[in-house]
Amino acid sequence: MRVIAWLVEGTWPACVDAVRAHAPEAAEVVLLHVSGPEVPAVAHGAFDGLLGRGHRPGHRPAEGWERDPGDRLEALGDTSASALLDAAARRLGRPCVREERSGRAEREVVAAAEGAGLLVLARDGDRSRLGPKSLGPAVRFAVDHAPCPVLLVWPEPAPGLTTIPPPPPHHQP
Amino acid sequence: MASGLFSWAGNSVITSEGLALNTPLAAALSAALLVAVLAWAVVRPFGWPEAVMAVPAAGIAVATGALSLGHARAEAERLGPVVGFLAAVLVIAHFCDVEGLFQACGAWMARWAAGRPVRLLSAVFALASAITAVLSLDATIVLLTPVVFATAARTGVRPKPHVYACTHLSNTASLLLPVSNLTNLLAFAASGLSFTRFAALMALPWLAAIGVEYLVFRRFFARDLAAAAPADRAAGAPPRLPLFALVTVGCTLAGFVVASLFGVEPAWVAAGGALVLAGRALARRRATPLTVLRAASPAFLAFVLALGVVVRAVVDNGLADVLGHVMPDGTGLAALLATAALAALLANLINNLPAVLVLLPLAAPAGPGVVLAVLLGVNIGPNLTYAGSLATLLWRRIVHQHEHDVNLGEFTRLGLLAVPSSLAVAVVALWGSLLVL
Repeated sequence: MRVIAWLVEGTWPACVDAVRAHAPEAAEVVLLHVSGPEVPAVAHGAFDGLLGRGHRPGHRPAEGWERDPGDRLEALGDTSASALLDAAARRLGRPCVREERSGRAEREVVAAAEGAGLLVLARDGDRSRLGPKSLGPAVRFAVDHAPCPVLLVWPEPAPGLTTIPPPPPHHQP
Repeated sequence: MASGLFSWAGNSVITSEGLALNTPLAAALSAALLVAVLAWAVVRPFGWPEAVMAVPAAGIAVATGALSLGHARAEAERLGPVVGFLAAVLVIAHFCDVEGLFQACGAWMARWAAGRPVRLLSAVFALASAITAVLSLDATIVLLTPVVFATAARTGVRPKPHVYACTHLSNTASLLLPVSNLTNLLAFAASGLSFTRFAALMALPWLAAIGVEYLVFRRFFARDLAAAAPADRAAGAPPRLPLFALVTVGCTLAGFVVASLFGVEPAWVAAGGALVLAGRALARRRATPLTVLRAASPAFLAFVLALGVVVRAVVDNGLADVLGHVMPDGTGLAALLATAALAALLANLINNLPAVLVLLPLAAPAGPGVVLAVLLGVNIGPNLTYAGSLATLLWRRIVHQHEHDVNLGEFTRLGLLAVPSSLAVAVVALWGSLLVL
């Protein structure tokens, strides 16, 4: 059995803890991190918006004002992804496989989960109350499309039952 | 063939002086030159600098008489100090980076935020606003953004809101000083304001626009900002204070105020600051004369001069009449709002640099208030469109420059929330400043 833990900045410790608590001893654990292209692309776009600065696409490595910050973000992102996986592996404290992917996070996760025995992921939405909004678009997609069982965890202690709004009046008996 | 055509155009212009410059051929030629210059700047064929097209285009505009020699000279004399000022600011920002200012910024942010995303966002807002205002938007985009990303990643914070903040503030926070943005330098030269009066009038709009952006960001990125990781790697060694760079920049800023009191061109003060920082780097063998020259981006400066000449030709040859009907009249709040909206629209279609060059000659006669309203529009407006303008965006789509591109829907939603609100609030603040000051 293969257990895949999708680790995201800010919420990953809860996923690692869930693997420790719920994954069978014999299971192969895969720590998965997906680097999205959006953040470097924001920097690429801001750089392209600077008209006339003599940026030379494809003439790298550039220097000084011709350094595209998006390129540096991509390089930094790779470093920080491996640092995150290192920290997660230490926290897990058992043999595991590290997998770094790049692309649209939700699609990559679903693809990686094919044939797996369990996908562990953390809620990424509004976590102040119980309810559907505690899932952001990426986790919602992964939960809806996962080709395997899913373990969905709260990154921090779950809010109380009182955060559920009362049922609408016309549904009351 | 072509030379005969041009000389005919030149003859007709020279014989029909003054207002009769508006011959259809001269208008068409200068418009074609401007389109060619802008298209080249967006497409950048073979990776050649933008000046490769812009400088010959300016030469053609003058040689054919589409722009009279007198007007060309006047434009060059007006833009000369602007370009010198720009070069000095670029050199100052570059050597602040060499002195370690931006690395220190990263360390300060990490210590202040200690892994808390909202605190990091506040730190990014404060530093990006200050750096954009003092060292120009180029410094924020090229030098600060990677530091912000690295700081967020190092302290376990999701970097998206903070990187977005850098790009938005590089535009929104570039309102304060003439040095903050090339558009400001151009407007500053056209407005006749002193350095201190420009800053005094723009201080309130600057603060108001940043405040609105902050509120929009807190709400728009609430989910990302709620994800706090264990800050086990947050605390680093206290950063080495880049004292020399900070003192030099501080003295340069003070020098701007003193210089404007005595009527000295502030570009000289900036040149002084640039010489001090570059001189120290040269003396310590951390730079060569070549790196100092490259820090000043000579190709960019040539592009700015040439673009100014070409735009002047277009404006002289009829665009002034066309846009004169579109430009709102008056200096009341409604007129300022309409002016800023028009400027923002034009900046999003073409880039904000040509937009401000086109609008300034029309705004300048109406007084500094209208010029500053144009600035609010062209500086805040580009946050609406990815890559600064629709022209660049379309070109990126055509060449598929980045297979995995930004989430355009998210980018545009954020822009649609942030731009109209911050622009409107900033214009109202400008209107208030103009009444009070």
